[in-house]
Amino acid sequence: MSLDKPYLDVPGTTVFDADMSRLGYHLNQFCMSLMKAENRVRFKANERGYLDEWPMSEEQKQAVMARDLNRCIELGGNIYFLAKIGATDGKSYQQMAGSMTGMSEEEYRKMMVGGGRSIEGNRYIGEKK
Amino acid sequence: MAHISASVYTSHVPAVGAALDLGKTGEPYWQAVFKGYDFSRQWLKDHKPDVIFLVYNDHANAFSLDIIPTFAIGTAPEFAVADEGWGPRPVPKVIGHPKLAAHIAQSVIQDDFDLTIVNKMDLDHGLTVPLSLMCGQPKAWPCPVIPFAVNVVQYPVPSGRRCYMLGKAIRKAIESYDEPLKVQVWGTGGMSHQLQGPRAGLINKEWDKAFLDRLIAEPEKLAAMPHIDYVREAGSEGIELVMWLIARGAMEDASGGKPPSVRHRFYHVPASNTAVGHLILENS
Repeated sequence: MSLDKPYLDVPGTTVFDADMSRLGYHLNQFCMSLMKAENRVRFKANERGYLDEWPMSEEQKQAVMARDLNRCIELGGNIYFLAKIGATDGKSYQQMAGSMTGMSEEEYRKMMVGGGRSIEGNRYIGEKK
Repeated sequence: MAHISASVYTSHVPAVGAALDLGKTGEPYWQAVFKGYDFSRQWLKDHKPDVIFLVYNDHANAFSLDIIPTFAIGTAPEFAVADEGWGPRPVPKVIGHPKLAAHIAQSVIQDDFDLTIVNKMDLDHGLTVPLSLMCGQPKAWPCPVIPFAVNVVQYPVPSGRRCYMLGKAIRKAIESYDEPLKVQVWGTGGMSHQLQGPRAGLINKEWDKAFLDRLIAEPEKLAAMPHIDYVREAGSEGIELVMWLIARGAMEDASGGKPPSVRHRFYHVPASNTAVGHLILENS
């Protein structure tokens, strides 16, 4: 019997469950390695070479090099792990979160100051706004 | 005997720590957040506990995907501040209380909660930001802290009901400790926020305010709320709020005593991506 996953119909959201975690194990562990200053330096000097030291899929490596966080998440990445890439690039959580929304940094910041993204129309996939 | 005097609830937004550490607290954006804690800093000085039992979550710092404990209690004499990738926060190291922590672990495990016991772990913003909000920028934290980490990163996280019941077991453990210690239990994380995907930036003020109302008045009913309601209504990272139910379950009324009094309540949007909520409840 398959597991109940009631969260699959939440729009624009990937819940990091055991299946995603299995898919993203090496991607996320690569991110953890960036907590060491010397690894951050090595990664910045040769991203492709550093990534090739990890048994990640080619899609995962491409997503990391493109800094495409939505794609990273689709491939099993989790935001708290991916944040280590952001830290290496000198990005804040707000810059990283904003980069996944299709908005500019300034637009996203303004939305947050204005009270954030409304829940109305954002509860279910296909819901009318 | 030891007793629980009060519980404190607060968000632990990392940008709040950065604002403090980089001297941005005077900016209007951050003033609006910090003014909600003016009362709390004075209150903590006036009601200084002997130990803080601090419920928080690690954000892929002490725990990678190699080991994912659902509930982990820190039993070490001291804990270092984690380098989360931006360098460690310039805040004091955390002094633990190994004797009380070991006592709680033994009692709570015998009450059917299978804790992971951790003698070495670095502490991230989940624990240090609440201390900064409540204590400002001291040279040393005002008292020993027992770190209690909850997995809210990999789904499924523990249920609200499980957290509430665990709070009761923690209360029973603390009240059976021989020394006359005054203990506060803090629950941290939340409120509504989502840090990932096209729905990032989600905030749900009405839901957050109702959560605060219900946490005060009907915590047991609130504890029955399923995970999906947190995810759908408060964002994928809003699920951190289950941790508040551990602190709430440790209050007197959860074990048949009198309801707590509300000493302070604060709510503000935004701090970075997140709605900031804060409560102080005192036992009678």
